[in-house]
Amino acid sequence: MSDARAHTVRLELTDEPGELLNALRPIADNGGNLLSIYHERGNLTPRGRIPVEVDLECAPERFSGIVEALREAGINVIQAGEERYAEAVSVILVGPLIETDLSDTLRWFEECANLSVLDFSLSAPEDDRPSARLRLAAEAGGVADALSRVRDLAAKKELLVIEPQLDRGAEA
Amino acid sequence: MRLAVIGAGAVGRSVLDLAGEYGHSVVAIADSESAAIDPEGLDSETVLARKDEEGRVGSADPDEAIDAEYDALVEATPTTLGDAEPGFSHALGALERDRHVVLANKGPVAERYGDLRAAERASTGEVRFEATVGGAIPAISTIEDFGPDHITAARGVLNGTANFILTRMAAEGLDYEHVLAEAQDLGVAEADPSFDVQGTDAALKCVIMANVLSGNGEFTLADAEVEGIEDVPGSALELAAEDGRTVRLIGEATREGVRVGPRLIPEHGTLAVSGTRNIVQIETTHAGRLNLSGRGAGGPETATAVLSDVGRLG
Repeated sequence: MSDARAHTVRLELTDEPGELLNALRPIADNGGNLLSIYHERGNLTPRGRIPVEVDLECAPERFSGIVEALREAGINVIQAGEERYAEAVSVILVGPLIETDLSDTLRWFEECANLSVLDFSLSAPEDDRPSARLRLAAEAGGVADALSRVRDLAAKKELLVIEPQLDRGAEA
Repeated sequence: MRLAVIGAGAVGRSVLDLAGEYGHSVVAIADSESAAIDPEGLDSETVLARKDEEGRVGSADPDEAIDAEYDALVEATPTTLGDAEPGFSHALGALERDRHVVLANKGPVAERYGDLRAAERASTGEVRFEATVGGAIPAISTIEDFGPDHITAARGVLNGTANFILTRMAAEGLDYEHVLAEAQDLGVAEADPSFDVQGTDAALKCVIMANVLSGNGEFTLADAEVEGIEDVPGSALELAAEDGRTVRLIGEATREGVRVGPRLIPEHGTLAVSGTRNIVQIETTHAGRLNLSGRGAGGPETATAVLSDVGRLG
């Protein structure tokens, strides 16, 4: 999976039992690794269906196979590939997260244009420094910029950032 | 070729031991207090036995090894920062005599690359330094073969001690202090591990690669952005693992500079080498990535790189 890239697919599902599972199976069966699922149950698409945004990771050459398999399974793929948030990356922050106001940190991310937090996990063991993992979605080509802003925030709050190792070829 | 080996630590000793196998002879070897000289070629067993028994390689003065009649000087004294002495002067002295220099010492190449290249230009001798980056891994010669213009970045895991610690922390769920103590017991980490765990050693190797990539560019350790692994807690490795990732100390060299720090990488990805293993990943402009992994430290491993360099001379 070393060449894996994050992709976002936007699906439209009917409100029927098992429909979400039906949509996820072709992804796993075709070499995709699910990263996050955003199931907007409260919203409906113009056709009265439920929009679902799925972030997945796969080798670049597999992505079109996944989209094809989804369509073959009868799933309506609204958008794939060139998405608003085309790239997702994880970062880990280590250090005085709680003392430096965790909600302020999260608010900082929310207020960042072109960047959104897909997922947040905190681990704060009693006998060790706490860490938080954030899965961030950035606009296509915006990952390097997003990471440099995360570094600025971390420097201000004296946090250690464990950045993802970026592939320069993919960034260029 | 006739070699003079300066430094009789693990690398210098292995060069003495293996040179004959490569068709070369060692005519002089020096440690910090003494030297052994023989224009006909030293007998490695005799010299190494004496070093083991008496703590010195011979009875001559170390300067006599530097002045001996050799074709290439192998500089294998411990890496020093700043002015990179005495390694730099050893290299300079050889070049002034129009002799070749093969370095295992990172100091002169990382801290005084411009001075070293200037001395080389004024000499008919050549400077080579494959052994300074990644032990047995042919990182420098691969960059040179491809041509620095066709490479956008060279990155990788370049410190076995830091990699061992992170690998064990992730695998066993142990904290940093615990694993460091274990590494020290096993001889994987030194009593003072700061050079390794603070990222300095990896940064020096990346500075050297950045110097090669940029051609006449002159980076030093002071230009590198370096973060070590001492502050990486077990909780961070757990969070990484939940996401199918792990943490490694990764150094990256480009024409723009050097960055070293703990990075998130796919758990089963190419860069996630285990234990003391090293990897260098070279990003090419037309041929994708090239991954070279292997033993990044050790006497015979580093001596292998030194002797490969000797074979490239002339």
